[in-house]
Amino acid sequence: MLETVFFNLFAGLSILSAMGVVLARNTMHSVMFLIFCFFNAAGLFFLLDAEFIGIIMILIYVGAVMVLFTFVVMMLEIHTARLREGFLQYLPMGGLIAIVLMIEFIGAATSGVFSSGDMATAEHLPQSVNNTVEIGQILYTQYLLGFEIAAIILLVALIGAIVLTLRTRKDAKYQKISAQVNVRKEDRMRKVRM
Amino acid sequence: MIALSQYLIVAAALFSLGVIGLFLNRKNVINILMCIELMLLAVNINLVAFSHYQNDLAGQIFVFFVLTVAASEVAVGLAILVAYYRTRRSVETEDINSLQG
Repeated sequence: MLETVFFNLFAGLSILSAMGVVLARNTMHSVMFLIFCFFNAAGLFFLLDAEFIGIIMILIYVGAVMVLFTFVVMMLEIHTARLREGFLQYLPMGGLIAIVLMIEFIGAATSGVFSSGDMATAEHLPQSVNNTVEIGQILYTQYLLGFEIAAIILLVALIGAIVLTLRTRKDAKYQKISAQVNVRKEDRMRKVRM
Repeated sequence: MIALSQYLIVAAALFSLGVIGLFLNRKNVINILMCIELMLLAVNINLVAFSHYQNDLAGQIFVFFVLTVAASEVAVGLAILVAYYRTRRSVETEDINSLQG
């Protein structure tokens, strides 16, 4: 019973805050609503016995990705009024596509494939099952290749972000190590006959 | 007891809100990125829900990979945005047309 209450709370708040993301006038408010949405999604993950994913969601998404968003929003000067021009221009088309998509998804979800049979309900795992241990045991064995590829993707993204935003100043004075090492006596000293 | 279809409906609602947000906020690149995050979140909820109801942890592993790609996408996307803002002083999608010819 308590589980149903919490499910309704998390689901309702996540959908409401998602609407806030879409409709908020201020970009900063959108970011805040998205953070709230991620917290509620983490709550849904906890209800699904996926504690590790829930914690990761809060740590990585809220702690890193959304902080990056807030950082960029605060750093750039954004004219909200100009960006809001023609806000409702594509509402009919976008709304139609979204509603059709929603009807399709809900039709698929309630069609009977997922709403009856074995998959319709599941018991919670016993208290002794450790989600983190279970994930670790298959992530580092069965999915090791994928794990390493993910690491390389993150490395590429890291280097790419640094390269894109790095700006070398022209007036800064740098030390050229190779030029210093390769210097010869003739470059610095000149014999003058008096 | 919560049924699988209820989680799928929540994810469907979040995904549809992400799609409608792409249309409404099409001028602001930051908002577009946030709507993409919303859609990825909906997919993650679906993956975890199926993982729980099928008692198979593979779905949770896939959430990891989605998360990795989403994080790198945001990092590179925002870096491009900052680099663009330095040259053009604007983040409107309509101003990003220097390759149009």
